[in-house]
Amino acid sequence: MNVGLFIPCYVNQFYPNAARATLELLRKSGVNVGYPTRQICCGQPMANSGFEHLAQDCNNTFIDNFAEFDYIVGPSASCILHLKDHLHSDTQEAKATEIRGKLYELVEFLTDGLKIESLNATFPHKEGLHHSCHGLRGLHLAQMSELNAPPFSKPEKLLGMVKDLEQVRLGRCDECCGFGGVFSVSEEAVSVKMGKDRVRDHTRSGAEYITSSDLSCLMHMEGILHRNKSNVKVIHISEILNASI
Amino acid sequence: MSYQTTTKDHAALAEAFIKDEERVDWHDGALWYIREKRDIASKGIPEWEELREAASQIKSNVISNLHDYLLQFEANLKKNGIVVHWADTPQEHNEIVYAILKAKEINQMVKSKSMLTEECGLNEYLEERGIGVINSDLGEYIQQIDNEPPSHIVLPCIHKRKEEIGELFHEHLGTEKGLSDPTKLTRVARKPLRNVFMPRRAALTGVNFAVAETGEYVVCTNEGNADMGAHLSEVQIASMGLEKIIPQKKHLGIFLRLLARSATGQPITIYSSHFKKPREGQEMHLILVNAGRTRQLGRPDFQNSLKCIKCGACMNTCPVYRKSGGLSYHNTISGPIGAILAPNLDMKRHADLPFASTLCGSCSNVCPVKINIHDQLYKWRQEIVKEGHASSTKVFGMKAMAWTLSSSDKLDKAGRAGRWFMQNVPFVVNNKLNPWYKQRDMPEGPKETFTEWYLRTNGD
Ligand code: SF4
Repeated sequence: MNVGLFIPCYVNQFYPNAARATLELLRKSGVNVGYPTRQICCGQPMANSGFEHLAQDCNNTFIDNFAEFDYIVGPSASCILHLKDHLHSDTQEAKATEIRGKLYELVEFLTDGLKIESLNATFPHKEGLHHSCHGLRGLHLAQMSELNAPPFSKPEKLLGMVKDLEQVRLGRCDECCGFGGVFSVSEEAVSVKMGKDRVRDHTRSGAEYITSSDLSCLMHMEGILHRNKSNVKVIHISEILNASI
Repeated sequence: MSYQTTTKDHAALAEAFIKDEERVDWHDGALWYIREKRDIASKGIPEWEELREAASQIKSNVISNLHDYLLQFEANLKKNGIVVHWADTPQEHNEIVYAILKAKEINQMVKSKSMLTEECGLNEYLEERGIGVINSDLGEYIQQIDNEPPSHIVLPCIHKRKEEIGELFHEHLGTEKGLSDPTKLTRVARKPLRNVFMPRRAALTGVNFAVAETGEYVVCTNEGNADMGAHLSEVQIASMGLEKIIPQKKHLGIFLRLLARSATGQPITIYSSHFKKPREGQEMHLILVNAGRTRQLGRPDFQNSLKCIKCGACMNTCPVYRKSGGLSYHNTISGPIGAILAPNLDMKRHADLPFASTLCGSCSNVCPVKINIHDQLYKWRQEIVKEGHASSTKVFGMKAMAWTLSSSDKLDKAGRAGRWFMQNVPFVVNNKLNPWYKQRDMPEGPKETFTEWYLRTNGD
């Protein structure tokens, strides 16, 4: 099984540790991982701003880098969802269609693809899980609180395999953090207020770490925590699942 | 009472609302409480998701056969003795109401449960012509005496605190200063509101559901004012948007169960009043209003928005709405549904609204008729940019970013990790003017990027 590792541009630039943890986790699970080093961006920043038509070159670059793999896995729910929904190409639509069908977010790939039942990880801390909206409502990584449907949670299932980890209970289990890409600056006041409120839910519940399958949400919340000199840290879920002491 | 005067966009109006953080927290909490009541109510019936699906499909059928259902409805209304009017524009709607009142020499009217007439600016139109209109529902009445439009379609004054309402009542109804007990305030308001019914010869209501098969319409209220107005009136008028049709009476069971649970978490609204034919000596009129609805019908990506039954659930669940207040949407229908309806009416004026969302998708999940609201927000964004309503700086920034992000060659000379990103991705561009940094930091760039590490170590 050949897995192409997709590391979104901002993760590559700001959170290389999460990228390394993702790579290691996949390798530990026994898959063959390739990392195309010429990859760059999924095109989401343009598309969500209404400029989907400008993402064509990004799309073609993505296709060129990843067409050869059996699966494509990335540690970012939001980018994966964007590609699943909107990756198209004027020149290579057949390949685009094929790729849309073999994209997986990391948690999804570990639970559904590799059917992981145990992990050799230890993380002796209190952690609050932030569901990214795209992971939750787009990729269905867990049951959505709005629906009258049986509960499940893929990230919690994986976190449950980590030794000494304590998960805190939040007041609002799946409220949006307010990042929203360009929304974070075009609607700065609302975005920050939403972020502050999310962060407060975690800190009040006693979390030492906020984790998520989406680093974009975490980057936004980290920005708020840091500005307010909080001791609470953010950490991508891959780093917890790959943690040892 | 109009939104037309504001030139500020959603972001600016929201920022002003957020300045009073204590108010925002309270507003957010009040609406979240309703969302929680809705959750409990919807989880109390096992067939909830099936009901949503059924309602959505019935409305799909209505949208596909609207022409036929409208004609059937019209024929049955006439059979029942109701006078039918068609209005293509808000202006035409207002003219019709005026003509009806004028013919009877009526100069006072009570109104209940009608967002459509807010949309049409009926109150102002009639008042300019010497006809007094009073909103008989408490929330709408409060907004009316404060000369402010409703901020929520179900809870028109949800953004006001009880102390502010006490102040308003003190000013307008002469109550004692400092009164803020909700029960007492309601009691006080009841008196003038009751009194308005008596001398008013005309009553206008909105319509929740119009049954094509029988030519009757249903109005759902909790206060019973629609009934009181209608029963005392000599002339009863109902105004409805074309999309309010349901095919058969048996479908009401589905919609009534969904509506109240979605709106407030009640199993059913206190009053579900069916109106079918005039009393002896009474005149009944029904006005079918288009006001842009057929244009929306002609947009395949957006026609589903016409399924809306105006329950307000998408507003209550929307974190952006809860933090920014309904008035920041500068449109009669606010929140997520307002943001997909408004651009159809005036794309330029409402170009900001589809961007007033993080696309979190909670709205689509609570919607009792399963409108894909967040997908439509995304699609409106593409449409608005294509139609040239994005600012030129934004267009330039996006083009530059698209160019940079299209190939990694452009990354190579970027230097320290993070710097490239902060130079090229507009929402984190590192300069003092960037709003990102007003209340947030960016992570510090690490020593090397993942790609650099990978190339250096071959991934080991
Ligand atoms: S869009 Fe759906 S949730 Fe929103 S008001 Fe209409 S019916 Fe209710």
